Amino acid sequence: MESQKQVLERLRAAFRSGVTLPMHFRLTQLEAMMSLFEDNENQILEALHEDLAKPKFETVLSEIEIVVNDICYAISNLQTWMQPTYVGTNLATKLDDCFVRSEPLGVVLIIGAWNYPLHLILLPLIGAIAAGNCAILKPSEISRATEKLLAELIPKYLSQECYAVVCGGAEETKTLLENRFDHIFYTGSQSVARCILLAAAVHLTPVTLELGGKCPCLIYGRLDMKAAAKRLVWAKFFNTGQSCVAPDYVLCTTETRDALLPFIKEALESFYGSDPQQSPDLGRIVTDRHWDRLVELLKKSEGKIVIGGESDKKTKYIAPTVIVDVIESDALMQEEIFGPILPIITIKSLDEAINFVNEREKPLALYAFSDESQVVTTVLERTSSGGFCSNDGIVHMSLPGLPFGGVGASGMGNYHGRWGFETFSHKRGCMMRSWLLECVNVLRYPPYNESNLSWLRWATTAKKKGWAACSVM
Amino acid sequence: MEKQVADGLREVFQSGRSRPLQYRKQQLRALLRLITERQEDIEQALKQDLNRNTYNTSLFELISIENDIKLAESELGDWAAPRPVKKNLNSALDDVYIKPEPLGVVLIIGTWNYPWAMILQPLVGAIAAGNAAVLKPSELSEHSARLMKELLPLYLDKEMYQVVTGGVAETQELLKQRFDHIFYTGSSTVGKLVMEAAAHHLTPVTLELGGKSPCYIDKNCDIAVACRRITWGKFANCGQTCIAPDYILCEPSIQDRIVEEIQKTLLEFYQKDPKSSPDYCRIINTRHFDRVLALMNECTIALGGESDRSQCFIAPTVLKDVLPHFKIMQEEIFGPLLPIVTVNGLNEAIHFINAREKPLALYVFSSDKTVIKRMLTETSSGGVTVNDVLMHYTVDSLPFGGVGNSGMGRYHGRHTFDQLSHHRACLIKSFAMEGLNDARYPPLTAARLRKAKFFMQHRMCSCSGICVWAIIATLLAIGLLVALIVVLTVLI
Repeated sequence: MESQKQVLERLRAAFRSGVTLPMHFRLTQLEAMMSLFEDNENQILEALHEDLAKPKFETVLSEIEIVVNDICYAISNLQTWMQPTYVGTNLATKLDDCFVRSEPLGVVLIIGAWNYPLHLILLPLIGAIAAGNCAILKPSEISRATEKLLAELIPKYLSQECYAVVCGGAEETKTLLENRFDHIFYTGSQSVARCILLAAAVHLTPVTLELGGKCPCLIYGRLDMKAAAKRLVWAKFFNTGQSCVAPDYVLCTTETRDALLPFIKEALESFYGSDPQQSPDLGRIVTDRHWDRLVELLKKSEGKIVIGGESDKKTKYIAPTVIVDVIESDALMQEEIFGPILPIITIKSLDEAINFVNEREKPLALYAFSDESQVVTTVLERTSSGGFCSNDGIVHMSLPGLPFGGVGASGMGNYHGRWGFETFSHKRGCMMRSWLLECVNVLRYPPYNESNLSWLRWATTAKKKGWAACSVM
Repeated sequence: MEKQVADGLREVFQSGRSRPLQYRKQQLRALLRLITERQEDIEQALKQDLNRNTYNTSLFELISIENDIKLAESELGDWAAPRPVKKNLNSALDDVYIKPEPLGVVLIIGTWNYPWAMILQPLVGAIAAGNAAVLKPSELSEHSARLMKELLPLYLDKEMYQVVTGGVAETQELLKQRFDHIFYTGSSTVGKLVMEAAAHHLTPVTLELGGKSPCYIDKNCDIAVACRRITWGKFANCGQTCIAPDYILCEPSIQDRIVEEIQKTLLEFYQKDPKSSPDYCRIINTRHFDRVLALMNECTIALGGESDRSQCFIAPTVLKDVLPHFKIMQEEIFGPLLPIVTVNGLNEAIHFINAREKPLALYVFSSDKTVIKRMLTETSSGGVTVNDVLMHYTVDSLPFGGVGNSGMGRYHGRHTFDQLSHHRACLIKSFAMEGLNDARYPPLTAARLRKAKFFMQHRMCSCSGICVWAIIATLLAIGLLVALIVVLTVLI
């Protein structure tokens, strides 16, 4: 079996040969990825079910469709994305061509996560392929069945010269990170992200970090309670709450909470029936360790459970749970929940809610539910987050036109759609100067004099909106 | 002290004062006034730091800062506006856009070779993007650092933008604080340390580093013009420019001609004695002087070679027949020494370049389009100028930055604004059309799944290139046509 170093050397040699550069090659690889999904839907469903008891519905929407959509989007737009972009020039540089070339970086490393084990590793791969790079994929070892499936299918469908899967745990990842890559794309936790950044610093490798945090959901003012409850419940309990963009906790007034709770109960019942443990549409917690952590949080919490609370270690089941009377210092508010537990914190005003959010780290996503557009605007203007969605949850990440990424503690960089292509490209500024008009260049040469400077200043000042300025002829 | 500065700025930023566009434009105008009203003081400081001539200062620093400020001021409305993006069927009635937002408090660490441009150009973008900023000018260009610390609070909001001076210790202390972005210009060695420090707080960085920028001269080109342009770019600021052509690659047959043309040009630019030319700068200090001078060992001097340590003067020098293993080829020169390495044609030149770290800039001189195309497509570098040097830096619509060892991130013009902003993805939905959402809610049915997939996809739109509105318009048109037919039938 190849060592990590050998894999990397092989991919680097492939990249140097220029095989990934032609558009035709990239399209072929993207089409092959499409076939991977078309031919193996059942195996994918089985693997995700084995890892997370993920219901078929969720697997299709959040692991297959979202990736296939992005592949299609990349295929349709690749030619445009690959074109050099010509930029404005001014009078002084009218005879010159200025353009930006999008060029591949080289060999990139993509480290996936276990909660959406296929999506979080293959969606970045689309951008990496489209941009002309080679890539090493390191799937999460926690979602074992998907890891195994990826190790089997990727070499079967994609060029083995250019793309490889490396499996293993923390030790293997640490060793992998000692190598030099041209970009590292990581999805996961903040503590591991720090280690990745430190490893990247050694080689001056740029990174994209898709992290997490506590995504607040502010519910305020006049609203359609029934629709709000359904959307909130769907977003929260999708993948059993194990989504980096799941609404982590709710901030609302006591009146709103009391009005909302019956609708939340109703939504839960309509989704999962009266006994969610029997529903085929509710997933499970990924491992015993994660289950223990969540159950411990529930125990430590001083809030009052009003919905759910049941759990079963054998099946790693935790019921969709809603807890009220949660305060700032509660155990549930000290870390990202990443499970099917929804704390509701009551506030007295919108200002209080906004201050609460702003006192904390910038989240990956922030939600505001209100029928009053002023409320939505106020929340949007006075907070910061990776992404923002009003009156719904999670869905903003299904739009490939929108960049998906964090800010501050929730991450750096972004991807999806064209943004994935851009993330894995180097934007090379190019200027093709004419041989002509060397006499005009005299203005910039020594011996320097006042009148030359005046001419230069005049010729290079940005006069017109949209014209590029050229500082020195 | 550094902690107080960072904490104080964060508090001021959180007050929201820097968000209104009016405020940002006001600060930009104030910055413009600073460099126009105090131009003489700046020129004087640069003369003391680098023996920089006043014209050189305008040409290489002040004009580009001024242009960047004017561009930012006039375009800010556009740059800061929400940017609508493509939707899918599900979001057809929603507002979907990217909202550029300030990051918070940014740290800008400058460098000594262009002490004003390297710190104020990033500042223009920081201000335009609505951030607060700490500026840390290089202590090596001490007169400029001192002047900057004195002038900035006189013109800009001194609570929102502060200058911290000092050396390595102060910089290290600053780097322990938490910032929302660090913008560093300097060497790759220190770049790694900056990135390492940034890792503790998960702070994103822009690193404008350096490297050895190669300059390939093809035998099919106007060698005289090529040499004039190269001489200008190489010896301006005494070679202390991150994108100066570091070394020349050419075929042996044209080496002597190149030396001859450079000699002619040097005479024209700096006359017989560059030491007494008011247009020729000095090396920043004796440490760098010693470093650069030592690089000449082993080399054959074709032109120049004179030096005077008391003035930190090194003459414009050309070295011929330089071999790849010489010390001068192991590090960025950053001085007025121009080695010529001979290669047997384009293939070898490309191979030579690719065997080394990706440079910040790459230059190719040729009249042959195939040569240019191959150089562009078969190498990588931060940026490129073909048939000239330095010039891609000066076009503000081109992103300026490195790749690999030469850096990460980019700036100039709008790119600085974008680099120092957070691009927040926004989806503004209403509670309407809740019926559509039924498709995604459990329990799963085949019909629901089909509907959910349909509304999620872009395939209909993207692959055929037809937009949502075209489909809706077509359906409406068909509907109207049917209605018309029905009406006509009834009438008849």
